[in-house]
Amino acid sequence: MTSSLIGARVPRKEDYRFLTGAGQYTDDVAFAGQTHAAFVRSPHAHAVLRSIKTEKAKKAPGVIAIYTGADLAAAKVGGLPCGWLITDVKGQPMKEPPYPPLAQGKVRHVGERVAVVIAESQAQARDAAELIEVDYQPLPAVVNAAKAKSGTALHEIAPDNTCYVWSIGDRSAVDTAFASAAHVTKLDFVNNRLVPNAIEPRSANASYSRADDSYTLYVASQNPHVERLLMTAFVLGLPESKVRVVAPDVGGGFGSKIYLYPEDVVVTWASRQLGRPVKWNSDRSEAFVSDAHGRDHVTTAELALDKDGKFLAMRVRTTANLGAYLSTFASCIPTILYATLLAGQYKTPAIYCEVTAVFTNTVPVDAYRGAGRPEATYVVERLVETAAREIKLDPIELRRRNFITEFPYQTPVALCYDTGNYEATLGAVLKLADVAGFKDRREQSLRRGKLRGLGYACYIEACGIAPSNVAGSLGARAGLFEAGEVRVHPTGTVTVFTGSHAHGQGHETTFAQVVADRLGLGMEQVEIVHGDTSKVLFGMGTYGSRSIAVGGTAIVKALDKIVAKGKKIAAHLLEASEGDIEYDRGVFKVAGTDKKKTFGEVAFAAYVPHNYPLDKLEPGLNENAFYDPANFTFPAGSYVCEVEVDRETGASQVVAFTAVDDFGKIINPMIVEGQVHGGVAQGIGQALTENCAYDEAGQLTSGTLLDYCIPRASDLPLFKIDTRETPCTHNPLGVKGCGEAGAIGAPAAVMNAITDAIGVRDVPMPATAQNVWRAMHRA
Amino acid sequence: MSIKVSMKVNGKPVSAEMEERTLLVTFIRENLRLTGTHVGCDTAQCGACTVHMNGKAIKSCSIVAMQAEGADILTIEGVAHADGTLHPMQAAFKENHGLQCGFCTPGMVMNALDFAKHYPSPTEQEVRESLEGNLCRCTGYHNIVKSIMAGARAMAATK
Repeated sequence: MTSSLIGARVPRKEDYRFLTGAGQYTDDVAFAGQTHAAFVRSPHAHAVLRSIKTEKAKKAPGVIAIYTGADLAAAKVGGLPCGWLITDVKGQPMKEPPYPPLAQGKVRHVGERVAVVIAESQAQARDAAELIEVDYQPLPAVVNAAKAKSGTALHEIAPDNTCYVWSIGDRSAVDTAFASAAHVTKLDFVNNRLVPNAIEPRSANASYSRADDSYTLYVASQNPHVERLLMTAFVLGLPESKVRVVAPDVGGGFGSKIYLYPEDVVVTWASRQLGRPVKWNSDRSEAFVSDAHGRDHVTTAELALDKDGKFLAMRVRTTANLGAYLSTFASCIPTILYATLLAGQYKTPAIYCEVTAVFTNTVPVDAYRGAGRPEATYVVERLVETAAREIKLDPIELRRRNFITEFPYQTPVALCYDTGNYEATLGAVLKLADVAGFKDRREQSLRRGKLRGLGYACYIEACGIAPSNVAGSLGARAGLFEAGEVRVHPTGTVTVFTGSHAHGQGHETTFAQVVADRLGLGMEQVEIVHGDTSKVLFGMGTYGSRSIAVGGTAIVKALDKIVAKGKKIAAHLLEASEGDIEYDRGVFKVAGTDKKKTFGEVAFAAYVPHNYPLDKLEPGLNENAFYDPANFTFPAGSYVCEVEVDRETGASQVVAFTAVDDFGKIINPMIVEGQVHGGVAQGIGQALTENCAYDEAGQLTSGTLLDYCIPRASDLPLFKIDTRETPCTHNPLGVKGCGEAGAIGAPAAVMNAITDAIGVRDVPMPATAQNVWRAMHRA
Repeated sequence: MSIKVSMKVNGKPVSAEMEERTLLVTFIRENLRLTGTHVGCDTAQCGACTVHMNGKAIKSCSIVAMQAEGADILTIEGVAHADGTLHPMQAAFKENHGLQCGFCTPGMVMNALDFAKHYPSPTEQEVRESLEGNLCRCTGYHNIVKSIMAGARAMAATK
């Protein structure tokens, strides 16, 4: 064991099974006696549910049972809970309308579940579902978030469709600053609604065992313990110990698989009713009308500057569309995870943000890769770049004049950045992107009939969510610690149980790198286990780029306990005092001597305790730790995007994208680069190709992959990625997390490039050929 | 209405009774329990269902099983060598971090295997165009492109 595994480009342990078709995703699982569920979904955006006739369907071939909201209500099945209580500007709690798993009384979005058919085969369930007759009385639909307040009320509890009005910051200080500002830049924009579209659709398969009155739910989830807690405690009224949730291989989540969904509840409940396993697998079209959507903010934002280009204040008003119901974390996305990032990388002394969150007859909105931080970065970086153009100052110079340079830095919007070096990433990206050569490239593009533009985005984000007491004070109803358990086997191999979950992030490899490095083991001697509540002690799951910072640290703390106990054992074996034992990567040594024991020898002694201090120490070598982070972590970086716009058609292409990020210490640069690639691709998708579109009747017009354009390989270039490190000051690995950064910074960089290319102040996202062409001809 | 369909899958003859409307991908996944071939969409966009039929990459969601009557089908489970070592294209994906969640990966590999037969030394642009029918949400395609460029060359070198 010579070189450290930390910072090494170790190929992934999980790849073999994925490359050979041996991965086990939820839909790959089938139980004996398997039944299949199909949901009847509302075709109306808003309607009274007058009656549901199921007699014909019940007689269809293969049908075993049909359930509606009335059945669940009679069985006292609860509604889906929201995990974050936002307090409004008047000190009142947000409005929390009931969210029944199957509709009761009303339907409130196209796609809402009205009934479930369970049959012997999926085809039979779907055929029977078409025989169910639902009598709807349509109501006017509220679709536009900006107009929600005056629309027909969705919920009795919120007559003006307002869930809450929330604010942060010092409003009077901000207004004062604006009154005396030398320059004010103002922008109105829409952060366009997106559909996450992980390539694996959602899936759930539940079975009930009479032998021990217990349930097993296989579900494509990012957080099986959270799924279990929410479902047992709040919806089905079951003890957690009687429900096992398994999230096996999961094909991407990006936030959409965090939530407790109605389908998960219904199949679990139904498995007990029928005494047979019930499986549901989503179609892509179903996914469009049932997976939580992302973003959907309408914002007016202003930046006040003094005559030297110093930022004096920022004032932001946002209307956030929550959709028809409160999804699991929906309430905190446009508030806590958004407005607290409005300082960006800058020393703006006064910031005020007011958010009105509204209900509309659309699919519920919740966290999607970046969750509030892409929205914040878009506000800040579009304002900054536009201000630079307006006051005719180089956008890099304007940023440099306002960078935070001293840490820790307390922002005026609650967050305290622990460390960072924004100049380092900026200087690096200018070189890597060859910004100096842009003028030449622009001339070459022009000769080919293309307008070339260059845009910057300097983002910061808060991740590694979160210190539980801080989160609690802000309304979180859960703790946000993480758990890890290290089980050393008698023969010296190690199994690590982590509450984090991998659905593409490669934890089986990166976590193994951390463990193998600390214990002086080979990668093949360390196994990482996740995703099963029967195996893993507890976990809050993977989202918010928290796994390495919070999950990794929990594992490190457990490793510290292992080493501490190992030292006691080694001291006994080496007949030395515990204080004289040094430990380094797999070797326990008596300080200043050659006397040593390997990790393997100590492990064996723990399980065969013949030469062992049994009077003072228990046998075995198995430790766990729960880690509650001291602070958020603050990855930050600088992005440069170059686009070419066709002069005739407005069609745009990203021709270069360069990213230099500071993620603190990096465990596996290959995996980190992959995360940035994927995040940037999603950010480019938001900026150029993706838009979740509803018509005025609340019909989803972008309801398949034919109409909703997620980027293809030919839409994207190869990316240039580099990193700089300012280690996180408050976790032992010095890591910050990297999963969302690309999606956070890219949209602003792309739109800054597009507006630069065509010399127009603003273009709406997505910058489709139509939108760009219109902007060019309006000017 | 039930019919009997027979074909060869990964070299083995298989046969089953099924409804006429059964898609090839459903036959592969549900009847044969070869779950490496995936379903990611319902409009033939995503390519996660790609298999080879008589040596050509096709989307198994887009034909019914009886259209493959008598055909030679290769799925991802049949690609690695008999002793379990990876085919050069699979190895290239692993070396180049060409996969994250793995869900689109079988379709990517199957498509790339057919593509590489015709393009033993492809350019980046040719690879990107060959991926018109394969969607990935995790990787941004960067490392998939690198994997296919390396894999095609590795395949040509072993000829």
